[in-house]
Amino acid sequence: MKFTSQKIAYHFFALSMLLLVLQIVYGFIMGFAHMGFDGLHEWIPFNAATATHKNLLVVWILSGFMGAAYYIIPDESDNELFSVPLAKLQFWSLAVVGVIAVAGFHVGWWEGRKFLEIPRPLDWLVALNVILFLVIILMTLLKGKKQTTTAWVLTMGLVFAALLYLPGMIYFDNLSVDSFMRWWVVHLWVEGVWELIMGGILSYLLIKLTGVDREVIEKWLYVIVGLTFLSGILGTGHHYYYTGGPDYWLMVGGIFSALEPLAFLGMTIFAVQMYRKGNKRHPNKLAIYWTLSTAIVSFLGAGLLGLAHTLPGVNLYTHGTLITAMHGHLAFWGAYASLVLAIIAYSMPLMTGRKLHDNRTGHLAFWMSNIGMVGMTMAFAAAGVAQVYLERIAGYDFMVAAKETQAHFFVLIIAATVFTIGVLMFISNFVKFGKPVDEALQPEAEFEAIQG
Amino acid sequence: MLSKKQAKIFFLGGTVLFFLIFVAMSFHSLTVGIPQNTNADQLSDQVKQGKLLWDKNNCMGCHTIMGEGAYYAPELTRVYSRKGADYIRTVLNAPEGWGPRGRMMVKYEFSEEEVDAIIAFFEWMDNAHLNGFPPEPSLEK
Ligand code: HEM
Ligand code: HEM
Ligand SMILES: [Fe+2]
Repeated sequence: MKFTSQKIAYHFFALSMLLLVLQIVYGFIMGFAHMGFDGLHEWIPFNAATATHKNLLVVWILSGFMGAAYYIIPDESDNELFSVPLAKLQFWSLAVVGVIAVAGFHVGWWEGRKFLEIPRPLDWLVALNVILFLVIILMTLLKGKKQTTTAWVLTMGLVFAALLYLPGMIYFDNLSVDSFMRWWVVHLWVEGVWELIMGGILSYLLIKLTGVDREVIEKWLYVIVGLTFLSGILGTGHHYYYTGGPDYWLMVGGIFSALEPLAFLGMTIFAVQMYRKGNKRHPNKLAIYWTLSTAIVSFLGAGLLGLAHTLPGVNLYTHGTLITAMHGHLAFWGAYASLVLAIIAYSMPLMTGRKLHDNRTGHLAFWMSNIGMVGMTMAFAAAGVAQVYLERIAGYDFMVAAKETQAHFFVLIIAATVFTIGVLMFISNFVKFGKPVDEALQPEAEFEAIQG
Repeated sequence: MLSKKQAKIFFLGGTVLFFLIFVAMSFHSLTVGIPQNTNADQLSDQVKQGKLLWDKNNCMGCHTIMGEGAYYAPELTRVYSRKGADYIRTVLNAPEGWGPRGRMMVKYEFSEEEVDAIIAFFEWMDNAHLNGFPPEPSLEK
């Protein structure tokens, strides 16, 4: 840690971990409901659980991104954070808005728009909060002694993510138009600007962890985010096949979304190559594991499992089935959840001065969460394939197919338990680090210091 | 070999180019394609009210419509022609909440007017042209 103001990141990471645990609780509620045990139905019906599960996911990932930015931007721009009190204000207002949103879902204060269930009045508070965040980050960057490519790519990702929230705040009477604009937010986030954030954070981690020359890493960063937008923007068309859009989206969406895995493959090759070129002397083994797994698992979950159902001929049958849930889990986990865990694993030792970066708990956490998530993905896949055959191909009623897939949800619960133990171990490490301290301040770049 | 500057131009140029194409296509979809495919001229006040109720009750938190939503309850894009208005009315009015096969739907207390609006919304949805979704089951039973 170069500047004491970087410590603010800890608040955001802690909030992330808390919300992740809550998200998992709601995942279990839904998993059991799918299995036939909906005992909580009176109090937390499925639609309340699902809104909570999805929004907690988005909020804990965004909180992780914010923490990452507060840690990375001062370091990259060689400058204290613009204002710590403002950052604290931003943190607490984020937490308060989050609590109100989640509480609201339980009393029916929501909008039925998948992933964007937060009601519009609250959206304004979210927007205000994000503007405050961006002002702090941009001021830090602009007043800094240097402005690196890594910092700019990360910041641009955050700015665009905020701008793209706006189209989702407009109300439309036509459901099809509503859905069309919803994808401007959801798709252009996860298959567009969030990849900029991902590229920026990965590039920072690789520079720090491998010691490879910044110029080389940042050149490839441009190529990867270039590929992202080249494929991902028109790739939005894969959500316009069957939702009322004109038929040219079948062609355009099909071709461009089929190219999207290239950007993720780019990230994999990028990270693995830089690691191999590097000197492998960095002691923070866990951060290296999480960084590499982000680059690899994102390709499997987003790239390969995305490709599996993105062509119009396949998507006609899999659209809106548990196949989508299969892909959604591994993609979010590999690309964004793991990324947040990677920056946490990297920065915590430097903020607290405690060297829990190669311990048994940490390694077990890594393996159990990843294996558990792969198991969950396989359970969703089995249930999804069964659903597609029974419902879409053989023409049975939805509920007939649903009864047949209950056993797969039992497998899901088992895998989810392994996953959850892994996550809890990660969090136990997080807690053991304790709070960041000023004594952890190291004026030299961390990497060189550790090399010595 | 590619230089960092060239890589940057590739990124910025590609992004601007594809974003402009996307905006133009979206504009066409929103003003011409979707209104046509979804019979925007038939969006009566009743249909609009139905859409609002669909939204306000987060029906999409269990069901899918046009293949979008959650996977806990049936696809409803073509429910109007599949089940008919009377069946839908029975579902929405079920005094203890609907759930003949064990899986419970939330219990609602809609007024007659609201039920009519939701049915009108489904009827509107039923007529939309969606490039063949949901697919006809291809297997003979
Ligand atoms: C990290 C990146 C990605 C994440 C986090 C992600 C996540 C998701 C999620 C959560 C959904 C469900 C959305 C909803 O129904 O509301 C979804 C749908 C979809 N994704 Fe991705 N995805 C990613 C990348 C990709 C890529 C690269 C492809 C294509 C190669 C792809 C193809 C699809 C398709 C075709 C659907 C629609 C499924 C349907 O018709 O029901 N995704 N994705
Ligand atoms: C114990 C862990 C978890 C369990 C048991 C679980 C279970 C579920 C279930 C049952 C659904 C609802 C499917 C439906 O609509 O019927 C769901 C949705 C979803 N979950 Fe999880 N989940 C867990 C953890 C996670 C994690 C860690 C992530 C992200 C990294 C995640 C991301 C999602 C997403 C994106 C959706 C929406 C998928 C879609 O609609 O296509 N879940 N989850
Ligand atoms: Fe997408």
